[in-house]
Amino acid sequence: MLELFTELTGNALLGMIINSLIPLVFVIPLALFFVWLERKVSAHMQDRLGPMITGSHGWLQTFADVLKLLQKEDIIPADADRKLFTIAPILVFAGSYAAFAAIPFSSAYIGSEIDMGIFYVVAVSGLVVAGILMAGWSSNNKYSLLGAMRSVAQIISYEIPTVLVILSIVVLAGTLNLLKISEMQTAYFWNWFIFGGPEPGLIKFLLIPFMFAGFLILYISSLAEVNRTPFDIPEAESELVAGYHTEYSGMKFAMFFLSEYANMFVVSAIVSAVFFGGYQSPFGYLGNSLGISWLVPIEQFFWFTAKGIFFVFVQMWLRWTLPRLRVDQLMAVCWKYLIPYSFVNLIIIAFLELYR
Amino acid sequence: MMSSYFKNTWEGLYTVFVGMKITLKHLFTPSVTIQYPNVKVPLPERVRNRLYVNMDDCIGCDQCARACPVSCIEIETVKSLPTENLGTTSNGKKKALWVTKFDIDIAKCCYCQLCVFPCPTECIYMTDVYEFSEFRRSDLVYKFATLTEAEAEEKKLNFENLQKEKELQKAAQAAAQNNAQQPN
Repeated sequence: MLELFTELTGNALLGMIINSLIPLVFVIPLALFFVWLERKVSAHMQDRLGPMITGSHGWLQTFADVLKLLQKEDIIPADADRKLFTIAPILVFAGSYAAFAAIPFSSAYIGSEIDMGIFYVVAVSGLVVAGILMAGWSSNNKYSLLGAMRSVAQIISYEIPTVLVILSIVVLAGTLNLLKISEMQTAYFWNWFIFGGPEPGLIKFLLIPFMFAGFLILYISSLAEVNRTPFDIPEAESELVAGYHTEYSGMKFAMFFLSEYANMFVVSAIVSAVFFGGYQSPFGYLGNSLGISWLVPIEQFFWFTAKGIFFVFVQMWLRWTLPRLRVDQLMAVCWKYLIPYSFVNLIIIAFLELYR
Repeated sequence: MMSSYFKNTWEGLYTVFVGMKITLKHLFTPSVTIQYPNVKVPLPERVRNRLYVNMDDCIGCDQCARACPVSCIEIETVKSLPTENLGTTSNGKKKALWVTKFDIDIAKCCYCQLCVFPCPTECIYMTDVYEFSEFRRSDLVYKFATLTEAEAEEKKLNFENLQKEKELQKAAQAAAQNNAQQPN
Protein backbone atom coordinates (compact mmCIF):
# COMPACT_ATOMS: atom_id res chain seq x y z
CA MET A 1 0.00 0.00 0.00
CA LEU A 2 2.83 2.39 0.84
CA GLU A 3 4.23 2.06 -2.71
CA LEU A 4 0.79 2.76 -4.12
CA PHE A 5 0.37 5.95 -2.11
CA THR A 6 3.89 7.09 -2.91
CA GLU A 7 3.20 6.54 -6.60
CA LEU A 8 -0.15 8.34 -6.42
CA THR A 9 1.14 11.41 -4.61
CA GLY A 10 4.61 11.37 -6.16
CA ASN A 11 6.13 12.09 -2.78
CA ALA A 12 7.50 9.48 -0.35
CA LEU A 13 6.72 11.54 2.75
CA LEU A 14 3.17 12.32 1.68
CA GLY A 15 2.60 8.66 0.84
CA MET A 16 3.84 7.67 4.26
CA ILE A 17 1.55 10.15 5.98
CA ILE A 18 -1.49 8.90 4.05
CA ASN A 19 -0.48 5.31 4.76
CA SER A 20 -0.26 5.99 8.49
CA LEU A 21 -3.56 7.88 8.62
CA ILE A 22 -5.64 4.98 7.29
CA PRO A 23 -5.92 3.20 10.66
CA LEU A 24 -7.00 6.49 12.25
CA VAL A 25 -9.86 6.80 9.79
CA PHE A 26 -10.75 3.24 10.73
CA VAL A 27 -10.29 3.43 14.47
CA ILE A 28 -12.14 6.65 15.35
CA PRO A 29 -15.56 5.61 13.98
CA LEU A 30 -14.93 2.16 15.42
CA ALA A 31 -14.24 3.60 18.89
CA LEU A 32 -17.43 5.68 18.67
CA PHE A 33 -19.31 2.54 17.65
CA PHE A 34 -17.81 0.61 20.58
CA VAL A 35 -18.88 3.26 23.09
CA TRP A 36 -22.42 2.98 21.74
CA LEU A 37 -22.20 -0.84 21.70
CA GLU A 38 -20.97 -0.91 25.28
CA ARG A 39 -23.95 1.11 26.43
CA LYS A 40 -26.43 -0.96 24.46
CA VAL A 41 -24.92 -4.30 25.53
CA SER A 42 -24.81 -3.26 29.17
CA ALA A 43 -28.37 -2.00 28.99
CA HIS A 44 -29.81 -5.08 27.35
CA MET A 45 -27.95 -7.40 29.70
CA GLN A 46 -29.69 -5.61 32.55
CA ASP A 47 -33.06 -5.72 30.76
CA ARG A 48 -32.90 -2.00 30.01
CA LEU A 49 -32.87 -0.23 26.66
CA GLY A 50 -29.99 2.21 26.92
CA PRO A 51 -29.84 5.31 24.73
CA MET A 52 -32.92 5.44 22.51
CA ILE A 53 -33.62 9.09 21.74
CA THR A 54 -30.65 10.30 19.64
CA GLY A 55 -31.17 8.59 16.32
CA SER A 56 -32.66 5.15 15.81
CA HIS A 57 -31.79 3.13 18.93
CA GLY A 58 -29.52 5.99 19.99
CA TRP A 59 -26.84 5.37 17.39
CA LEU A 60 -25.97 9.10 17.32
CA GLN A 61 -25.48 9.23 21.09
CA THR A 62 -21.69 9.01 21.02
CA PHE A 63 -21.48 11.71 18.34
CA ALA A 64 -23.47 13.96 20.64
CA ASP A 65 -21.19 13.02 23.55
CA VAL A 66 -18.06 13.79 21.56
CA LEU A 67 -19.49 17.15 20.50
CA LYS A 68 -20.14 17.88 24.15
CA LEU A 69 -16.61 16.86 25.14
CA LEU A 70 -15.14 19.10 22.42
CA GLN A 71 -16.91 22.10 23.87
CA LYS A 72 -15.88 21.42 27.45
CA GLU A 73 -13.38 23.54 29.28
CA ASP A 74 -9.90 22.06 29.36
CA ILE A 75 -9.13 22.11 33.06
CA ILE A 76 -5.60 21.63 34.39
CA PRO A 77 -5.49 21.44 38.19
CA ALA A 78 -3.45 24.20 39.83
CA ASP A 79 -0.99 21.82 41.50
CA ALA A 80 -0.66 19.47 38.54
CA ASP A 81 2.55 19.05 36.61
CA ARG A 82 1.36 20.90 33.52
CA LYS A 83 3.80 19.43 31.00
CA LEU A 84 3.34 15.78 31.97
CA PHE A 85 -0.39 16.34 32.39
CA THR A 86 -0.64 17.47 28.77
CA ILE A 87 1.69 14.84 27.32
CA ALA A 88 0.10 11.86 29.11
CA PRO A 89 -3.13 11.50 27.07
CA ILE A 90 -1.19 12.02 23.84
CA LEU A 91 1.29 9.32 24.84
CA VAL A 92 -1.48 6.89 25.78
CA PHE A 93 -3.22 7.43 22.47
CA ALA A 94 0.05 7.26 20.54
CA GLY A 95 0.84 3.95 22.23
CA SER A 96 -2.46 2.36 21.36
CA TYR A 97 -2.46 3.84 17.86
CA ALA A 98 1.10 2.74 17.11
CA ALA A 99 0.04 -0.85 17.68
CA PHE A 100 -2.17 -0.61 14.59
CA ALA A 101 0.94 -0.23 12.43
CA ALA A 102 1.80 -3.92 12.56
CA ILE A 103 -1.72 -5.34 12.46
CA PRO A 104 -2.75 -6.67 9.05
CA PHE A 105 -6.18 -5.30 8.10
CA SER A 106 -6.28 -7.49 5.02
CA SER A 107 -3.73 -9.06 2.72
CA ALA A 108 -3.64 -5.73 0.85
CA TYR A 109 -3.16 -3.37 3.74
CA ILE A 110 -0.78 -3.48 6.69
CA GLY A 111 0.71 -0.28 8.05
CA SER A 112 4.23 -1.62 8.12
CA GLU A 113 5.16 -5.16 7.24
CA ILE A 114 7.99 -5.57 9.73
CA ASP A 115 9.31 -9.01 10.63
CA MET A 116 9.17 -8.08 14.30
CA GLY A 117 5.36 -7.55 14.01
CA ILE A 118 3.91 -9.13 17.11
CA PHE A 119 6.97 -8.25 19.21
CA TYR A 120 6.59 -4.63 18.13
CA VAL A 121 2.91 -4.61 19.11
CA VAL A 122 3.64 -6.00 22.57
CA ALA A 123 6.52 -3.57 23.03
CA VAL A 124 4.75 -0.46 21.81
CA SER A 125 1.80 -1.21 24.06
CA GLY A 126 4.25 -0.54 26.87
CA LEU A 127 4.02 3.14 25.95
CA VAL A 128 0.47 3.08 27.26
CA VAL A 129 1.78 2.05 30.67
CA ALA A 130 4.16 5.00 30.72
CA GLY A 131 1.37 7.33 29.68
CA ILE A 132 -0.95 6.04 32.37
CA LEU A 133 1.67 6.39 35.09
CA MET A 134 2.45 9.87 33.78
CA ALA A 135 -1.22 10.83 33.96
CA GLY A 136 -1.58 9.49 37.48
CA TRP A 137 1.59 11.12 38.77
CA SER A 138 1.09 14.53 37.15
CA SER A 139 -2.53 14.86 38.31
CA ASN A 140 -1.28 15.29 41.89
CA ASN A 141 -4.31 13.43 43.17
CA LYS A 142 -4.25 10.39 45.42
CA TYR A 143 -6.91 8.55 43.44
CA SER A 144 -5.16 9.18 40.15
CA LEU A 145 -1.85 8.01 41.52
CA LEU A 146 -3.35 4.90 43.13
CA GLY A 147 -5.19 4.05 39.94
CA ALA A 148 -2.10 4.56 37.82
CA MET A 149 0.07 2.43 40.09
CA ARG A 150 -2.48 -0.35 40.15
CA SER A 151 -2.75 -0.15 36.39
CA VAL A 152 1.00 -0.34 35.89
CA ALA A 153 1.40 -3.25 38.30
CA GLN A 154 -1.42 -5.07 36.56
CA ILE A 155 -0.33 -4.46 32.97
CA ILE A 156 3.27 -5.39 33.65
CA SER A 157 2.24 -8.59 35.44
CA TYR A 158 -0.19 -9.69 32.78
CA GLU A 159 2.24 -8.98 29.97
CA ILE A 160 4.12 -12.16 30.98
CA PRO A 161 1.34 -14.71 30.26
CA THR A 162 0.43 -12.75 27.13
CA VAL A 163 3.94 -12.95 25.80
CA LEU A 164 4.30 -16.62 26.75
CA VAL A 165 1.16 -17.56 24.84
CA ILE A 166 2.19 -15.47 21.85
CA LEU A 167 5.57 -17.19 22.03
CA SER A 168 3.92 -20.59 21.74
CA ILE A 169 2.23 -19.40 18.54
CA VAL A 170 5.54 -18.06 17.30
CA VAL A 171 7.04 -21.50 17.96
CA LEU A 172 4.39 -23.05 15.72
CA ALA A 173 4.45 -20.36 13.03
CA GLY A 174 8.18 -19.78 12.98
CA THR A 175 7.71 -16.05 12.40
CA LEU A 176 6.89 -12.88 14.32
CA ASN A 177 5.38 -11.24 11.27
CA LEU A 178 1.63 -10.92 11.82
CA LEU A 179 0.92 -10.80 8.10
CA LYS A 180 2.72 -14.12 7.61
CA ILE A 181 1.01 -15.64 10.66
CA SER A 182 -2.37 -14.62 9.22
CA GLU A 183 -1.40 -15.80 5.74
CA MET A 184 -0.58 -19.27 7.13
CA GLN A 185 -4.10 -19.78 8.45
CA THR A 186 -5.71 -19.36 5.06
CA ALA A 187 -8.47 -21.39 3.34
CA TYR A 188 -10.73 -22.98 5.95
CA PHE A 189 -11.26 -22.46 9.65
CA TRP A 190 -9.59 -25.75 10.58
CA ASN A 191 -6.35 -24.17 9.50
CA TRP A 192 -6.60 -21.62 12.28
CA PHE A 193 -4.13 -21.98 15.11
CA ILE A 194 -6.96 -22.53 17.58
CA PHE A 195 -7.55 -25.82 15.70
CA GLY A 196 -3.88 -26.75 15.71
CA GLY A 197 -2.57 -24.77 12.77
CA PRO A 198 -2.38 -25.39 9.04
CA GLU A 199 -0.16 -28.51 8.98
CA PRO A 200 -2.21 -31.73 8.92
CA GLY A 201 -1.32 -34.80 10.92
CA LEU A 202 -1.65 -36.35 14.37
CA ILE A 203 0.24 -33.51 16.06
CA LYS A 204 -2.41 -31.04 14.87
CA PHE A 205 -5.08 -32.90 16.85
CA LEU A 206 -2.81 -33.25 19.88
CA LEU A 207 -2.26 -29.50 19.79
CA ILE A 208 -5.94 -28.52 19.90
CA PRO A 209 -6.53 -28.70 23.71
CA PHE A 210 -3.34 -26.76 24.35
CA MET A 211 -4.32 -24.14 21.80
CA PHE A 212 -7.67 -23.70 23.54
CA ALA A 213 -5.88 -23.30 26.88
CA GLY A 214 -3.51 -20.82 25.28
CA PHE A 215 -6.42 -18.88 23.84
CA LEU A 216 -8.12 -18.66 27.24
CA ILE A 217 -4.91 -17.49 28.90
CA LEU A 218 -4.25 -14.91 26.18
CA TYR A 219 -7.81 -13.63 26.31
CA ILE A 220 -7.86 -13.33 30.10
CA SER A 221 -4.54 -11.52 30.23
CA SER A 222 -5.46 -9.24 27.36
CA LEU A 223 -8.55 -8.26 29.33
CA ALA A 224 -6.25 -7.23 32.16
CA GLU A 225 -4.00 -5.31 29.78
CA VAL A 226 -6.82 -3.07 28.63
CA ASN A 227 -8.13 -2.57 32.18
CA ARG A 228 -11.47 -4.20 31.54
CA THR A 229 -13.67 -5.88 34.11
CA PRO A 230 -13.01 -8.17 35.98
CA PHE A 231 -9.55 -6.56 35.99
CA ASP A 232 -10.67 -2.93 36.14
CA ILE A 233 -9.27 -2.05 39.56
CA PRO A 234 -7.17 0.79 38.04
CA GLU A 235 -10.36 2.69 37.30
CA ALA A 236 -12.64 1.15 39.89
CA GLU A 237 -15.39 3.75 40.14
CA SER A 238 -16.50 2.72 43.60
CA GLU A 239 -12.98 2.99 45.06
CA LEU A 240 -10.99 5.46 43.00
CA VAL A 241 -13.48 7.86 41.38
CA ALA A 242 -12.12 7.17 37.88
CA GLY A 243 -8.52 6.11 38.47
CA TYR A 244 -5.77 7.75 36.47
CA HIS A 245 -8.08 10.00 34.45
CA THR A 246 -9.95 11.48 37.44
CA GLU A 247 -8.56 14.99 36.85
CA TYR A 248 -8.98 14.99 33.09
CA SER A 249 -11.77 16.74 31.25
CA GLY A 250 -12.73 17.73 27.74
CA MET A 251 -10.59 16.58 24.84
CA LYS A 252 -7.87 15.09 27.03
CA PHE A 253 -10.42 12.83 28.65
CA ALA A 254 -11.80 11.99 25.22
CA MET A 255 -8.32 10.90 24.17
CA PHE A 256 -8.07 8.51 27.10
CA PHE A 257 -11.50 7.21 26.28
CA LEU A 258 -10.67 6.80 22.61
CA SER A 259 -7.40 5.00 23.31
CA GLU A 260 -9.14 2.69 25.77
CA TYR A 261 -11.56 1.54 23.11
CA ALA A 262 -8.86 1.47 20.44
CA ASN A 263 -6.81 -0.74 22.77
CA MET A 264 -9.74 -3.08 23.20
CA PHE A 265 -9.81 -3.51 19.46
CA VAL A 266 -6.03 -3.98 19.26
CA VAL A 267 -6.01 -6.85 21.73
CA SER A 268 -9.02 -8.40 20.00
CA ALA A 269 -7.25 -8.10 16.66
CA ILE A 270 -4.14 -9.76 18.14
CA VAL A 271 -6.22 -12.59 19.58
CA SER A 272 -7.93 -13.12 16.25
CA ALA A 273 -4.66 -12.81 14.32
CA VAL A 274 -2.78 -15.43 16.32
CA PHE A 275 -5.62 -17.87 16.98
CA PHE A 276 -8.50 -17.17 14.63
CA GLY A 277 -6.85 -16.58 11.29
CA GLY A 278 -6.67 -12.78 11.48
CA TYR A 279 -8.32 -11.41 8.36
CA GLN A 280 -8.87 -14.87 6.86
CA SER A 281 -12.37 -16.02 6.06
CA PRO A 282 -13.48 -19.21 7.84
CA PHE A 283 -14.63 -20.65 4.49
CA GLY A 284 -13.18 -19.52 1.15
CA TYR A 285 -13.82 -16.21 -0.55
CA LEU A 286 -16.64 -15.06 -2.75
CA GLY A 287 -14.07 -13.11 -4.80
CA ASN A 288 -12.11 -16.28 -5.57
CA SER A 289 -15.12 -18.32 -6.61
CA LEU A 290 -16.46 -15.49 -8.77
CA GLY A 291 -13.03 -14.68 -10.16
CA ILE A 292 -13.08 -11.06 -8.99
CA SER A 293 -9.65 -10.60 -7.46
CA TRP A 294 -10.21 -7.12 -6.00
CA LEU A 295 -13.14 -8.40 -3.91
CA VAL A 296 -10.89 -10.64 -1.80
CA PRO A 297 -9.11 -7.91 0.22
CA ILE A 298 -12.48 -6.28 0.91
CA GLU A 299 -13.86 -9.56 2.19
CA GLN A 300 -10.73 -10.02 4.27
CA PHE A 301 -11.21 -6.56 5.74
CA PHE A 302 -14.79 -7.50 6.59
CA TRP A 303 -13.69 -10.68 8.37
CA PHE A 304 -10.96 -8.80 10.23
CA THR A 305 -13.45 -6.20 11.47
CA ALA A 306 -16.08 -8.81 12.28
CA LYS A 307 -13.69 -10.91 14.36
CA GLY A 308 -12.37 -7.84 16.15
CA ILE A 309 -15.87 -6.62 16.95
CA PHE A 310 -16.88 -10.08 18.14
CA PHE A 311 -14.02 -10.28 20.63
CA VAL A 312 -14.72 -6.74 21.81
CA PHE A 313 -18.32 -7.82 22.31
CA VAL A 314 -17.13 -10.74 24.44
CA GLN A 315 -15.10 -8.29 26.51
CA MET A 316 -18.26 -6.26 27.11
CA TRP A 317 -20.22 -9.42 27.81
CA LEU A 318 -17.67 -10.37 30.48
CA ARG A 319 -17.75 -6.87 31.90
CA TRP A 320 -21.45 -7.14 32.65
CA THR A 321 -21.12 -10.66 33.96
CA LEU A 322 -18.24 -10.63 36.43
CA PRO A 323 -17.58 -8.55 39.53
CA ARG A 324 -14.25 -6.81 40.03
CA LEU A 325 -11.30 -8.73 41.47
CA ARG A 326 -9.57 -7.64 44.67
CA VAL A 327 -5.96 -6.50 44.29
CA ASP A 328 -4.51 -9.66 45.86
CA GLN A 329 -6.83 -11.87 43.80
CA LEU A 330 -5.74 -10.03 40.69
CA MET A 331 -2.10 -10.76 41.37
CA ALA A 332 -2.90 -14.35 42.40
CA VAL A 333 -4.69 -15.03 39.13
CA CYS A 334 -1.69 -13.81 37.18
CA TRP A 335 1.30 -15.14 39.13
CA LYS A 336 -0.16 -18.30 40.62
CA TYR A 337 -2.37 -19.46 37.79
CA LEU A 338 -1.84 -17.87 34.39
CA ILE A 339 1.97 -17.78 34.36
CA PRO A 340 2.51 -21.44 35.42
CA TYR A 341 -0.17 -22.61 33.03
CA SER A 342 1.19 -20.62 30.12
CA PHE A 343 4.72 -21.87 30.84
CA VAL A 344 3.62 -25.50 30.85
CA ASN A 345 1.54 -24.81 27.76
CA LEU A 346 4.52 -23.31 25.97
CA ILE A 347 6.78 -26.24 26.85
CA ILE A 348 4.23 -28.83 25.70
CA ILE A 349 3.59 -26.99 22.44
CA ALA A 350 7.31 -26.63 21.85
CA PHE A 351 7.82 -30.38 22.38
CA LEU A 352 4.94 -31.26 20.08
CA GLU A 353 6.38 -28.96 17.44
CA LEU A 354 9.80 -30.54 17.93
CA TYR A 355 8.47 -34.07 17.30
CA ARG A 356 6.23 -33.17 14.43
CA MET B 1 -2.65 -29.22 47.53
CA MET B 2 -2.20 -29.92 43.87
CA SER B 3 -5.74 -31.22 43.35
CA SER B 4 -7.27 -28.16 44.97
CA TYR B 5 -5.17 -25.98 42.68
CA PHE B 6 -6.62 -27.63 39.57
CA LYS B 7 -10.05 -27.67 41.11
CA ASN B 8 -9.77 -23.91 41.71
CA THR B 9 -8.78 -23.34 38.11
CA TRP B 10 -11.62 -25.44 36.80
CA GLU B 11 -14.19 -23.84 39.09
CA GLY B 12 -12.94 -20.38 38.18
CA LEU B 13 -13.39 -21.05 34.49
CA TYR B 14 -16.61 -23.01 34.82
CA THR B 15 -18.37 -20.39 36.95
CA VAL B 16 -17.40 -17.68 34.48
CA PHE B 17 -19.16 -19.61 31.74
CA VAL B 18 -22.22 -20.13 33.94
CA GLY B 19 -22.37 -16.38 34.53
CA MET B 20 -21.91 -15.66 30.84
CA LYS B 21 -24.78 -17.97 30.01
CA ILE B 22 -27.06 -16.07 32.38
CA THR B 23 -26.12 -12.65 31.02
CA LEU B 24 -26.52 -13.90 27.45
CA LYS B 25 -30.02 -15.02 28.30
CA HIS B 26 -30.78 -11.54 29.62
CA LEU B 27 -29.39 -9.98 26.45
CA PHE B 28 -32.34 -11.45 24.59
CA THR B 29 -35.08 -11.01 27.18
CA PRO B 30 -37.33 -8.10 26.27
CA SER B 31 -36.44 -5.05 28.29
CA VAL B 32 -38.66 -3.76 31.06
CA THR B 33 -37.98 -0.10 30.28
CA ILE B 34 -40.96 2.11 29.54
CA GLN B 35 -40.03 5.02 27.30
CA TYR B 36 -41.83 7.44 29.60
CA PRO B 37 -42.63 10.66 27.79
CA ASN B 38 -43.61 8.69 24.67
CA VAL B 39 -45.19 5.70 26.39
CA LYS B 40 -47.18 6.00 29.59
CA VAL B 41 -48.12 3.30 32.03
CA PRO B 42 -51.90 2.95 32.26
CA LEU B 43 -52.99 4.28 35.64
CA PRO B 44 -55.22 2.39 38.07
CA GLU B 45 -58.89 3.25 37.94
CA ARG B 46 -59.08 5.18 41.21
CA VAL B 47 -55.88 7.24 40.96
CA ARG B 48 -55.88 10.56 42.78
CA ASN B 49 -54.22 13.29 40.75
CA ARG B 50 -55.14 16.80 39.67
CA LEU B 51 -58.53 18.09 40.83
CA TYR B 52 -61.09 19.26 38.34
CA VAL B 53 -64.35 21.11 38.89
CA ASN B 54 -67.20 20.91 36.44
CA MET B 55 -68.62 24.40 36.96
CA ASP B 56 -71.84 23.62 35.08
CA ASP B 57 -72.87 21.43 38.01
CA CYS B 58 -71.47 23.47 40.89
CA ILE B 59 -74.08 24.96 43.19
CA GLY B 60 -71.56 26.87 45.30
CA CYS B 61 -72.44 25.03 48.53
CA ASP B 62 -68.87 25.41 49.92
CA GLN B 63 -68.90 21.87 51.33
CA CYS B 64 -65.69 20.89 49.52
CA ALA B 65 -63.86 23.94 50.86
CA ARG B 66 -64.93 23.08 54.40
CA ALA B 67 -63.87 19.44 54.01
CA CYS B 68 -60.39 20.36 52.77
CA PRO B 69 -57.81 19.67 55.52
CA VAL B 70 -55.26 22.05 54.01
CA SER B 71 -57.68 24.81 52.97
CA CYS B 72 -56.61 24.83 49.37
CA ILE B 73 -60.08 25.56 47.98
CA GLU B 74 -61.43 29.12 48.11
CA ILE B 75 -65.03 29.75 47.14
CA GLU B 76 -66.96 32.99 47.06
CA THR B 77 -70.63 33.11 46.11
CA VAL B 78 -73.31 35.73 45.56
CA LYS B 79 -77.04 35.10 45.82
CA SER B 80 -78.86 35.42 42.56
CA LEU B 81 -81.79 37.76 42.00
CA PRO B 82 -85.24 36.16 42.13
CA THR B 83 -85.69 37.12 38.50
CA GLU B 84 -82.56 35.32 37.35
CA ASN B 85 -82.68 31.71 36.24
CA LEU B 86 -79.37 29.85 36.77
CA GLY B 87 -80.66 26.56 35.45
CA THR B 88 -80.33 23.17 37.10
CA THR B 89 -77.46 20.75 37.63
CA SER B 90 -77.27 17.48 35.81
CA ASN B 91 -78.82 15.65 38.77
CA GLY B 92 -81.75 18.06 38.93
CA LYS B 93 -80.72 20.42 41.72
CA LYS B 94 -81.69 24.05 41.23
CA LYS B 95 -78.80 26.49 41.24
CA ALA B 96 -79.32 29.55 43.41
CA LEU B 97 -75.88 31.07 43.83
CA TRP B 98 -73.49 32.79 41.47
CA VAL B 99 -70.02 31.29 42.04
CA THR B 100 -67.84 34.37 41.69
CA LYS B 101 -64.64 32.68 42.81
CA PHE B 102 -63.57 29.03 42.81
CA ASP B 103 -59.79 28.79 43.27
CA ILE B 104 -57.89 25.57 43.99
CA ASP B 105 -54.26 25.98 45.00
CA ILE B 106 -53.01 22.64 43.72
CA ALA B 107 -49.59 23.35 45.25
CA LYS B 108 -51.21 23.03 48.66
CA CYS B 109 -53.40 20.07 47.74
CA CYS B 110 -52.56 16.83 49.53
CA TYR B 111 -54.60 14.61 47.20
CA CYS B 112 -56.71 13.18 50.05
CA GLN B 113 -59.89 13.28 47.97
CA LEU B 114 -61.89 14.43 51.02
CA CYS B 115 -63.42 17.27 48.97
CA VAL B 116 -64.85 14.84 46.47
CA PHE B 117 -67.19 12.92 48.79
CA PRO B 118 -69.32 15.75 50.26
CA CYS B 119 -70.15 17.28 46.88
CA PRO B 120 -73.90 16.92 46.38
CA THR B 121 -73.66 17.17 42.61
CA GLU B 122 -70.40 15.22 42.10
CA CYS B 123 -68.94 18.14 40.22
CA ILE B 124 -65.50 18.10 41.90
CA TYR B 125 -63.39 15.07 41.14
CA MET B 126 -59.84 13.85 40.65
CA THR B 127 -58.54 13.28 37.14
CA ASP B 128 -55.64 11.16 35.89
CA VAL B 129 -53.57 14.22 34.86
CA TYR B 130 -50.27 14.17 36.71
CA GLU B 131 -47.96 16.28 34.55
CA PHE B 132 -48.65 19.88 35.51
CA SER B 133 -45.38 21.27 36.82
CA GLU B 134 -44.94 25.04 36.60
CA PHE B 135 -42.05 27.41 37.01
CA ARG B 136 -43.96 29.71 39.37
CA ARG B 137 -45.93 28.55 42.35
CA SER B 138 -48.63 31.12 41.62
CA ASP B 139 -49.29 29.35 38.33
CA LEU B 140 -50.49 26.35 40.29
CA VAL B 141 -53.57 28.22 41.53
CA TYR B 142 -56.31 27.02 39.21
CA LYS B 143 -59.27 29.35 38.74
CA PHE B 144 -62.46 27.47 37.89
CA ALA B 145 -65.03 30.26 38.18
CA THR B 146 -66.73 30.75 34.81
CA LEU B 147 -67.78 34.37 35.47
CA THR B 148 -65.44 37.11 34.38
CA GLU B 149 -64.39 39.67 36.96
CA ALA B 150 -66.69 42.28 35.51
CA GLU B 151 -69.60 39.84 35.59
CA ALA B 152 -68.80 38.91 39.19
CA GLU B 153 -68.74 42.63 40.14
CA GLU B 154 -72.06 43.08 38.39
CA LYS B 155 -73.66 40.17 40.25
CA LYS B 156 -72.35 41.52 43.55
CA LEU B 157 -73.73 44.96 42.77
CA ASN B 158 -77.05 43.47 41.72
CA PHE B 159 -77.33 41.64 45.00
CA GLU B 160 -76.37 44.70 47.05
CA ASN B 161 -78.91 46.79 45.19
CA LEU B 162 -81.51 44.13 45.88
CA GLN B 163 -80.63 44.17 49.59
CA LYS B 164 -80.86 47.97 49.64
CA GLU B 165 -84.18 47.92 47.83
CA LYS B 166 -85.47 45.35 50.29
CA GLU B 167 -84.30 47.41 53.23
CA LEU B 168 -85.88 50.50 51.76
CA GLN B 169 -89.07 48.57 51.21
CA LYS B 170 -88.91 47.26 54.76
CA ALA B 171 -88.31 50.76 56.09
CA ALA B 172 -91.16 52.07 53.97
CA GLN B 173 -93.41 49.29 55.16
CA ALA B 174 -92.46 49.90 58.77
CA ALA B 175 -93.09 53.61 58.33
CA ALA B 176 -96.44 52.90 56.71
CA GLN B 177 -97.39 50.59 59.54
CA ASN B 178 -96.33 53.16 62.09
CA ASN B 179 -98.36 55.79 60.26
CA ALA B 180 -101.35 53.51 60.09
CA GLN B 181 -101.14 52.70 63.78
CA GLN B 182 -100.73 56.26 64.96
CA PRO B 183 -104.28 57.49 64.56
CA ASN B 184 -105.50 54.85 66.93
